[in-house]
Amino acid sequence: MPASRLSDLPATGFAGRGLACWRGERPVFERLDFDLPSGGALILRGPNGSGKSSLLRLMAGLGPAAAGALLWDGVPVAEDPGAHRARLHFVGHADALKAALTVAETLTFWAGMRGGGDLPAALARFRLRPLADLPCRFLSAGQRRRLALARLVGSPAALWLLDEPLTGLDEESVADLHAAIAAHRKEGGAVALSTHAPLALEGAATLALDDCAPSFALAALGP
Amino acid sequence: MSAFRRLVARDLRLALRQGGDAATVVAFFVLTVILFPFGVGPEPELLRRIAPGVVWVTALLASLLSLERLFLADYEDGSLEVLALIPLPLEAQVVAKCLAHWLVTGLPLTLLAPLLALLLHLEGAAYPALVAGMALGTPTLSLIGAIGAALTLGARRGGVLLSLLVLPLYVPILIFGVGACEAAATGFAARPHLLLLAALLALALPLAPFAAAAGLRQALE
Repeated sequence: MPASRLSDLPATGFAGRGLACWRGERPVFERLDFDLPSGGALILRGPNGSGKSSLLRLMAGLGPAAAGALLWDGVPVAEDPGAHRARLHFVGHADALKAALTVAETLTFWAGMRGGGDLPAALARFRLRPLADLPCRFLSAGQRRRLALARLVGSPAALWLLDEPLTGLDEESVADLHAAIAAHRKEGGAVALSTHAPLALEGAATLALDDCAPSFALAALGP
Repeated sequence: MSAFRRLVARDLRLALRQGGDAATVVAFFVLTVILFPFGVGPEPELLRRIAPGVVWVTALLASLLSLERLFLADYEDGSLEVLALIPLPLEAQVVAKCLAHWLVTGLPLTLLAPLLALLLHLEGAAYPALVAGMALGTPTLSLIGAIGAALTLGARRGGVLLSLLVLPLYVPILIFGVGACEAAATGFAARPHLLLLAALLALALPLAPFAAAAGLRQALE
């Protein structure tokens, strides 16, 4: 990371500078910078394999970056990974549900693991109240997705990292997610999400991962 | 309720509702021990001599049966990813999962061992040593097994690899567990063997969670 870049860092919010990521032997992206102020939203766009999921996992701290640094309020995240974990929610491709637990038990468990939360609000936000006592094995793909997203509302966290959150959601549920994100941002929370579907978030920044594709990998693909 | 107790409670609830793993372990233990008199013949003298070894080896293999699922279910459904991102350190979570694993496998094995030893005509004086040895040894089996389960996460045919990794580490527990029974049966003190089993547990309790948590982090990258 060039030293000169440190000076133009925002004092608040979440930021990354000079990030690079490798998957096995293959570079996924490099020299990637992003800024995500509190109350902000960042939409990751790019074709399959461009590193959207890798970047979100990297932001969450699931695995180290090959280069660069993540900063929260100007302080490197690596200095206190525990504090970073405590302030983020990550919803990945997998829904993290147990077939034998009911919807309410699932939400109570995940909220409880983060020190308690608001079960009625989480159930209401994604219209899960009628399903509360149903074991997860009876849920449809869209309902499972809604339950995974309800975790976000179940316990407070400043940063939401959502990997393809719209997969399997119907229009009404997309509107629910919209409302949840809007309420989260109003309270000063930040959101980073990847999606292929059109999603109009007010004042959201877009990060195109194609721009950070490794230069020599592109050269290798050329004629 | 603290996050630690919540995780133990969740794993217990899952084990009780799904039933599969714990029931398999107990059924394997009981059936295998019952088969021995059919295999080696019903002479009480012979059975009495091999009883400690049969019970311990079978308990070891039974506990091995359930190890592969220890983290695999959470890994496959994405729960492990979310667990790795909660404030409770992964090391503490490993201890919680081992505790739940022991409660549904090690504890039933410990309680059933004297009943099954009865079928094998175990020497009367050896029962306290058998139960005490199992109570001290089975938690170590879960802890050592957690290292193997974490390291083989995401590997194809992880079960075979897991057995190869873990069984050599189980050998000391087997030796001292059987040693305690035989010492008691022949009128010697079982205490030194039990103390060595306790020492193994005291060593595994702080060390195994760190090794297992490192394996889990590697699997999540």
